[in-house]
Amino acid sequence: MTETPSFPEPVISVRNLVVEFATRRGPLRAIDGVSFTIGKGEVLGVVGESGAGKSVTGSAIIGLIDAPGRIAGGEVLLHGKRIDNLPAEEMRRLRGRKIGMIFQDPLTSLDPLFRVGDQLIETIRTHSDLSASAARERAIALLAEVGIPAPERRIDGYPHEFSGGMRQRVVIALALACEPDFVIADEPTTALDVSVQAQIIALLKRLCATRGTAVMLVTHDMGVIAEAADRVAVMYAGRIAEIGPVRDVVKHPLHPYAAGLMGAIPTLSSEADRLTQIPGAMPRLTNVPPGCAFNPRCARAFDRCCIERPEPALPSAALAAREHVASGHRVACHLYTAREDAR
Amino acid sequence: MSEASLVVVRGLRRDFDISRPWLNRLFEGQRRLFLRAVDDVSFEIAKGCTFALVGESGSGKSTVARMVVGLLPPSDGEVTIDGISMQSASDSGSRQKLRRRIQMIFQDPYASLNPRWRVSRVIAEPINTFGLLKGEAVTKKVGELLTLVGLHPDDGDKFPHEFSGGQRQRIAIARALAAHAEFIVCDEPTSALDVSVQAQILNLMRDLQKEFGLTLLFISHNLAVVRHMADRIGVMYLGRVVETGDSRALFARPRHPYTRMLLDAVPDLDMSGRQRTPVAGEIPNPINPPSGCTFHPRCPQANERCRREIPAMIDGVACHAVEEGRAG
Amino acid sequence: MTETSKPAAGKGAVARFLESDIYASFRSSPLAMAAAVIVLAMFVGAVLATLIAPYDPFDPAKVFLSDASLPPRWQDGGDPRFFLGTDDQGRDMFSAILYGLQVSLMVGGLGVALAALIGITLGLVAGYVGGRTDALIMRVADVQLTFPAILIALLIDGVVHSVFKGISRETSAIPVLVVSIGLSFWVQYARTVRSSTFVEKGKDYVSAARLVGLPAPVIMWRHVLPNVLGPVLIILTINLGLAVITEATLSFLGVGLPPTEPSLGTLIAIGNQYLFSGEWWIVAFPGATLAILVLSVNLLGDWLRDALNPKLR
Repeated sequence: MTETPSFPEPVISVRNLVVEFATRRGPLRAIDGVSFTIGKGEVLGVVGESGAGKSVTGSAIIGLIDAPGRIAGGEVLLHGKRIDNLPAEEMRRLRGRKIGMIFQDPLTSLDPLFRVGDQLIETIRTHSDLSASAARERAIALLAEVGIPAPERRIDGYPHEFSGGMRQRVVIALALACEPDFVIADEPTTALDVSVQAQIIALLKRLCATRGTAVMLVTHDMGVIAEAADRVAVMYAGRIAEIGPVRDVVKHPLHPYAAGLMGAIPTLSSEADRLTQIPGAMPRLTNVPPGCAFNPRCARAFDRCCIERPEPALPSAALAAREHVASGHRVACHLYTAREDAR
Repeated sequence: MSEASLVVVRGLRRDFDISRPWLNRLFEGQRRLFLRAVDDVSFEIAKGCTFALVGESGSGKSTVARMVVGLLPPSDGEVTIDGISMQSASDSGSRQKLRRRIQMIFQDPYASLNPRWRVSRVIAEPINTFGLLKGEAVTKKVGELLTLVGLHPDDGDKFPHEFSGGQRQRIAIARALAAHAEFIVCDEPTSALDVSVQAQILNLMRDLQKEFGLTLLFISHNLAVVRHMADRIGVMYLGRVVETGDSRALFARPRHPYTRMLLDAVPDLDMSGRQRTPVAGEIPNPINPPSGCTFHPRCPQANERCRREIPAMIDGVACHAVEEGRAG
Repeated sequence: MTETSKPAAGKGAVARFLESDIYASFRSSPLAMAAAVIVLAMFVGAVLATLIAPYDPFDPAKVFLSDASLPPRWQDGGDPRFFLGTDDQGRDMFSAILYGLQVSLMVGGLGVALAALIGITLGLVAGYVGGRTDALIMRVADVQLTFPAILIALLIDGVVHSVFKGISRETSAIPVLVVSIGLSFWVQYARTVRSSTFVEKGKDYVSAARLVGLPAPVIMWRHVLPNVLGPVLIILTINLGLAVITEATLSFLGVGLPPTEPSLGTLIAIGNQYLFSGEWWIVAFPGATLAILVLSVNLLGDWLRDALNPKLR
């Protein structure tokens, strides 16, 4: 389990996480054995299509899985200490102080009835023992840092007086108010226009790099990942299909699903007449096929794929050399395991 | 150009009344308030081609789409399709016949199909309304259409909620093709879909366009999708077209500062590390747009004239800086 | 053929209902099931009153004053022929309740149906057309709300009797009650349907129908109406209980059905006079029937509201 050497200190580790939802037709496995670590100052992008389980993974880490869902297995560690089994009250204190959260819709994460400043000051004071005036100073400094013009004036504004991009900046300020070690950003730019999206990604990336905050960036947009993430995990049907340094995964995806996904995205420079098409759709989570979850849609599937479930692993040495695979690039696919004879 | 053009849009404008109710205005002494969502938009679409309108939220692109198909009456200007005006009263007879040839595909596949109707009934509605076929022939045609868009003829017996977003968009496409439409307006047809499904739908639309020689008006905020689909492109900002041109040329040599900014904002998936200018500012509130060229507060090349005077469309660009040769 | 899914094996409506979430939610709620059983039993009893009832309480040839005011069977002096006792004229209480239930449910049901018809139509038009039409309809609705059902009934009753001179209460009572209930209850339907219509009108399936060139009434009827009926169903259930109560109130006050053709309300009104002379059963049994019926219908309505609310699923 070697990680990328530049981020030696894991802030958060997720080991074999399983999340299940009780339904009328039996338990539904939304997350099925997901493992990863995020180091200090590192941005891990988690990408996948709807239903892949990327948002549920985020919610599970911060203990926000509501009934009928539950963590059915595995563990989550923050600085080496388990947090998935903490009592609700302790978890609540941890969120906000050690873990920050940024959600998709800035309108719902800010209370429309309170001034922006009050929400910031309240957060700062709940998790620290600053005086009211010191907390206000700090809030103004934070707003300035996230790029809100005239923060000493705007701090007394209400959320509806801010534009979408500015609101998301406030949400970022709110998430970073207590200098958390770990931030979960769930689709932070999805509700924003392209031109604003670029600004927000750059801001998030800069702030977290300077503070050494570990970030889990959940998104469906490969472009956002390419811009912001250091490493990326591609999820499919509740499992990680491929995880590795962003450049390698984006430029040389190994997993047939990841490769298909990359080919399916139209880009500004491609001249292709047709986009790569992955046939079919992601299986319903109540009906994940045995073996590799992707096998019914995979053009390169063989017998073993329908029987044995592949685990994320480093590709075999021979393959790694042939396909120029970087270290730390793991893929859950039988095509890349050592048993070459299987093909 | 005009002769081959199936769709001609001239000077389209649309104001929305956003005033408070009459009684409030009376007591609070307020005047009527209008939002100009679309202002002086003109373009032409050649038969069998795809014209795309691209822009961010509030640019008025969807409003243009609704005016072109006749769902929304324009405040001013005219839409002519195959020589028949969508507005003038004298054409009202031929307009009814024209309706069959125009269809639309909507953004949200969860809202564009009647949830209480079986899919076969949804697809058959245009056929029945225009009286194209009768009885068994309708059922057969629906089956053919479902097969055409990659579904099974038996899927017609199901209800829309039994399908995924991508499948529903296929059903919407089948409905659009049911009455042999020639001109289809696609309003953000894939923005609610996952990328792999988006690829399926975009490929399907291109295949069908080739097969039936469809003319498309394609509305999107996604530049890469537009680049992939369109022959010609119009870039919209705050209700106006700021730049229009051939797709390849526009992406290779963007001229309007806003087009350049938009292109620079697209995430770099090729990881080429190309040099990009950071984007500044946000779209202003359309209720109270900036004077002159509405882009001037965000434009690095803006000068006094831009603040004062609305730039005219000259040779495909509406920009004083380009006109004066100031733009790099 | 990329997203082909297995064709449905020609499922009938019943099969689909049995698989639906609504049915599952029904099965998991004992209270709703109990309420449904009671309501169903009362409906069947009312509809089949002439077959089930041991006596015809309105056939003078079979009612004997010698049987008057007998207590229920299990009490001292009870007669085994009359399970729930008899009233002051010797009519079997159980039979009278069944016949009363029939009248009550018919008046309540017709009244609610009339209210729904008026309300849905006006709400649909107000929501779909909007503008001045909408403003006009909704202001009328506001004014309507200020008149209680009793006042409307008295008004209509007065008008009917002055227009059709000498009309008997037997003939006029049911139409007057139905129209009164219809006119007092339509506002709620109109408001609900109007607001759902506003939402549905903005959805693109309506745009698609407009694009094909369908006229507005056709779109309202074919596309919008089926999609706004969900909430109406809930009000319909809850209103049925209310309508039965309203009818009972009116009959109790003497505006409603005459003693010769008694509804539950009339029975209660008659029995009320004997409460203090110790003949409690004449008022208690019709009263209990009314209470249980209304309670069950309301419980059913509450359950339906929860079951149809996707947020609570």
